[in-house]
Amino acid sequence: MAGRPDLRRRLVATVAGFGSLALAACLLAPLVGSTPIRLTAVFDRSIPFADNVDAQIFFVARLPRVLAATIVGSGLALAGVVFQALLRNPLASPDTLGVSAGAALGAVLAITFNADFSLLGVSAIPLATLAGSLGALAIVYGLSAARRRGASSMVLLLAGVTLTTLLGALTTFVRYLADFTQTLQTVRWLMGSLDVGSYGPIAAALVPLTLACAGFATLPRVLDLLSIGAESAAARGVNVPRAEKIALASASLATGAAVSLAGPLSFVGIIVPHLVRLLVGADHRLVLPAAALFGSAFLIGCDLVARTAFAPAELPVGVVTAIVGGPVFLWLLFRRQ
Amino acid sequence: MLRADNVSFAYNARAPLVLDQVSIGVQRGDLVGLLGPNGSGKTTLLKILGGMLHPSAGGVQLDGRRLAGWSRRELARQISVVPQETHATLDFTVLDIVLMGRYAHLGPFALEGTADLEIARETLAATGTADLETRPFATLSGGEKQRVVIASALAQASDFLLLDEPTASLDLGYQLEIASVLRHLSRERGTTMVVCTHDLNFAAALCGRIVLLKKGRVLAQGPTAETLTAATIRDAYGVDADVQFHSRAGHLTVVPVGRPS
Repeated sequence: MAGRPDLRRRLVATVAGFGSLALAACLLAPLVGSTPIRLTAVFDRSIPFADNVDAQIFFVARLPRVLAATIVGSGLALAGVVFQALLRNPLASPDTLGVSAGAALGAVLAITFNADFSLLGVSAIPLATLAGSLGALAIVYGLSAARRRGASSMVLLLAGVTLTTLLGALTTFVRYLADFTQTLQTVRWLMGSLDVGSYGPIAAALVPLTLACAGFATLPRVLDLLSIGAESAAARGVNVPRAEKIALASASLATGAAVSLAGPLSFVGIIVPHLVRLLVGADHRLVLPAAALFGSAFLIGCDLVARTAFAPAELPVGVVTAIVGGPVFLWLLFRRQ
Repeated sequence: MLRADNVSFAYNARAPLVLDQVSIGVQRGDLVGLLGPNGSGKTTLLKILGGMLHPSAGGVQLDGRRLAGWSRRELARQISVVPQETHATLDFTVLDIVLMGRYAHLGPFALEGTADLEIARETLAATGTADLETRPFATLSGGEKQRVVIASALAQASDFLLLDEPTASLDLGYQLEIASVLRHLSRERGTTMVVCTHDLNFAAALCGRIVLLKKGRVLAQGPTAETLTAATIRDAYGVDADVQFHSRAGHLTVVPVGRPS
């Protein structure tokens, strides 16, 4: 077994398998909801769009939400994979380095101080969220760069945990200043939601996510090597400081993009990478594409549950990812022994 | 030839010198032992020879070319380094680990081909680990792991192999095993090796030449028989030792006797 030329075959199988799963989820999830619609009617070109109720529900009401789940799921899963390899810690997640906490602080600030600005059609809260996550990245990065000998993964982890707590306290302080309406809005935001309403926010989040993916594309083999130790990686020919910079920046950008679109959704970035590794092994050339596609399908599924489980009432999707994710993660942890 | 000329090193401007004007030369085919007490600068010198650290003063040359300015990838094709311990946090197989040695020879998006696979299998055979190929790396014993990591370094196809304490934390049986693997590689492949170690008997059994460091300076260097003596050991470690040729072992042996008061 394990002949390397079979890697190409495994790559094709992985992309085809997880790709069809993600595509099926994308097409089928919008069909489910309070008003049943049919896929054949949605794509029936003989009825003009204005008269085609099925198509309107599909494209206007439900598809934006499913597409938001697609890119948020991918972004969080990819960031999780990269953080776990970079920090050589299977428990790392997009939240570990404080990026999510920075994003939350940005959002809560924008809500509490009624920030009213926009840039290229993107409104204040997502912008503040993205700025918050990049600010947190800059702090972690500055701290790691201050240690000239490169970022030890343990130091990065501790810095991340500290920063998360610190930013969390600031967020609590800002929430304390908020009035009743703002508090409600903040609570809603912190629960996470994929109900983005239109395609605009999705297109806006795609910009940082695409940048992040360009970074991820250079990383698969480097992450394999970094996961066995920075020194080993350097000895095998990896430019470790550069690789760590690219990994840190792309993973933070992907996290920022995801959180700015959907708020903080726990567990997606930690469970999806582990489930994917169970299926395709450790090689990042397989894990990265698989995690991107499976992350989409997973979040679309969770959102479907959130929309339909107690219809017509809706659960916050963050609650579903945590309720599904928590037990799965515990199972993963204790399965090893 | 791999040569360090007047290499000094400090971790930062205010820190004390870890290495102070060290000059050593490693000829192709040599098997050099790098010895010295804790904190004498062995590991730092090894990293500088491998281009993983840059000297604060002085320079390192490989066949007359200065290492400064080489990319990591270029360097890795010439010199491979085996760190003290390797932990796989993810479930890689032995073959996966060995194939990572091919990184410096592949383009960023290239997958390993049959030629790479052949090289990997050959290095597994050379280190006596061919039957472990499909095992998860994390499940191996310490000695098996060390041999697999050496195989991975060999798959890099570099002429120089620098090993940092390859027998630290290994029991007696594995120590002998690693020594025999390294001896075999030196004899059969002509791999040049620099081995950093605390184990004087391991060095005596294996190395043709010894470099003895103390407080960042070279205390003695030369052929093992001339360098590893009771006098140099007392100088370097502050320990009285008997150094005798052991006829059954076929090499010098060092028996520490006590600390002179």
